[in-house]
Amino acid sequence: MKLLARGFILLVLIFLYLPIAVMALMAFNASPLYALPFQFSTEWFEALATDDVLLTAARNSALIAVATAVLATLLGTAAAVALHRARFPGRDTLRVLLLPPIAIPWLITGTAMLLFFFWTGIGRGLHAMLIGHVALAIPYVVLVVNTGLSGVRRDLEEAAKSLGSTPLHAFFAVTLPLLLPSVIAAALFAFAVSLDQFVISYFLATPGVVTLPVQIYAAIRKGFTPEINAISTILLGVSMIVILGFAWLSKAGGALERR
Amino acid sequence: MHLSAVDVTAVGKSYGGARVLDNIHAQFREGSFTSLLGPSGSGKTTLLRIIAGFVAPDTGRVRIGAQDVTTVPVHARNIGMVFQSYALFPHMTVADNIAFGLHRRGIRGAELQRRVADVLAMVKLGDFAQRLPKQLSGGQQQRVALARAIVINPTVLLLDEPLSALDRRLRQEMQVELRRIQRDSGLTTIFVTHDQEEALTLSDHVAILDRGRIVQEGAPIAIYERPTSRFAAAFLGDANFLSGRVVEGGLQVGTQTIRISGTVTPTVAVRPEKMTLLPEGASTDGFDNLLPATVRQVVYAGAATTYLLDGADGTPLRVFAQNREGTPAEPGSRVTLGWSAAHTIPVTD
Repeated sequence: MKLLARGFILLVLIFLYLPIAVMALMAFNASPLYALPFQFSTEWFEALATDDVLLTAARNSALIAVATAVLATLLGTAAAVALHRARFPGRDTLRVLLLPPIAIPWLITGTAMLLFFFWTGIGRGLHAMLIGHVALAIPYVVLVVNTGLSGVRRDLEEAAKSLGSTPLHAFFAVTLPLLLPSVIAAALFAFAVSLDQFVISYFLATPGVVTLPVQIYAAIRKGFTPEINAISTILLGVSMIVILGFAWLSKAGGALERR
Repeated sequence: MHLSAVDVTAVGKSYGGARVLDNIHAQFREGSFTSLLGPSGSGKTTLLRIIAGFVAPDTGRVRIGAQDVTTVPVHARNIGMVFQSYALFPHMTVADNIAFGLHRRGIRGAELQRRVADVLAMVKLGDFAQRLPKQLSGGQQQRVALARAIVINPTVLLLDEPLSALDRRLRQEMQVELRRIQRDSGLTTIFVTHDQEEALTLSDHVAILDRGRIVQEGAPIAIYERPTSRFAAAFLGDANFLSGRVVEGGLQVGTQTIRISGTVTPTVAVRPEKMTLLPEGASTDGFDNLLPATVRQVVYAGAATTYLLDGADGTPLRVFAQNREGTPAEPGSRVTLGWSAAHTIPVTD
């Protein structure tokens, strides 16, 4: 029974990772036509280094992802704290309304954003993509931080106040340090959401200003090259590190809260 | 100079139509140890939180020291509070936890070090300064919480059932410790508890709360020996209640007239340890009051025995007896209970 369970999980993991592994492997294969036998080479990575179009796209992606992580984390954390601590009419409704955007198809969100940005004069470009990504990431940040907050006992802030802390000081001296793993985890998640985002970026990109996923898509339409594999492998590596970091921090946060 | 360190005047509080506190008046004397005793839902914790400033009263005033603090926020009240779950900051060492309040008061450097060390010595945790709270036992965490609350020299020390999470033996140790620390520091202390024994052993003054009102207050011995209401008598200790008809010279219960010291009321209370169990044929001399009863159950507990009995009209009664001599009465045997008029307490229903 135990063996069966382990075998099944192995199968699922193979199903998940095999295509990705093949893609990454081909990034290191010398043949431009994906021909076997495998011959190790880093020439596609070297070719990347001189591909200005891809590099610019990569820089845009990184820029937007970092900015998204910072902005979405600030806004989302503040929203989570407000939803968790403050009592005001309509709070529960607001909390529930944060969830649907996660489930709305990106195609719809992207179309809506494009129309809205066009209509309001925000237009397209890096700034539009940033706004779109931040909007997309905020619900995730709220969810992650909210979970973290429910692990920080409220009487800790009360204790701080009884010792002379103003409400603001109590939050920054006690709650925030305990919440930090969750906040960083949320930032990593926001970063990953932005880095991997294609549909909305595609809608909001202008011909000269694109992100990496959009550029990869454009390149694929012209034909596959192992260079695509190489850049995808890098993107994949970054995403995986970020998400593993998120997982580790969420767990560390949980362990801290249980104390 | 003030006679009271904390003054609560006409405080009322409702939550969504439910009256939690109703016109509470209470004075807490400088340096005294007062217990707020009551069942859950009696409003004792709400009263403590109003004094602390976590809850704003709907009506009434709160004064701490010379200052009316009714509208003063918690952080400006100079209170020391120990929470039921201790509420130690898990990301700070014991020393940092204790230094927190001093830091907020602008105390730094050598004086900070000295005061932290002093209070750690006081609670006997000198070697634990650099530990994290999770590395301490429940009793040690409790003492850190106490040290953190008293190191700031608060005007009043507020304790919210701080011993309820400890096991029985540790709780008794902490009671002694708490009393010692309170005496040494001379802090006016208000202690919320639902444990009547704790209230009796620790306090100079006990206030019994029931459904948002203080039903009786006074020294532990006065409250125990002379409860004024049925609730107070039953909540603080055990009591036998006898009801009857008020007649000349006492209370008519069945065929007996029970003699009472004080004004006769239709219900009187007698503490189980004040009654003496007299076997059939024993001398009844020297007792003001006598009542026939039948032994229903005998609960032997080594040093003492509890007898559960039925009165002539079926009233359930209990008697505590020290096991000094002889064999205890058998279940089913008919006995007479004897006690003095002084121990017959008139109570309101």
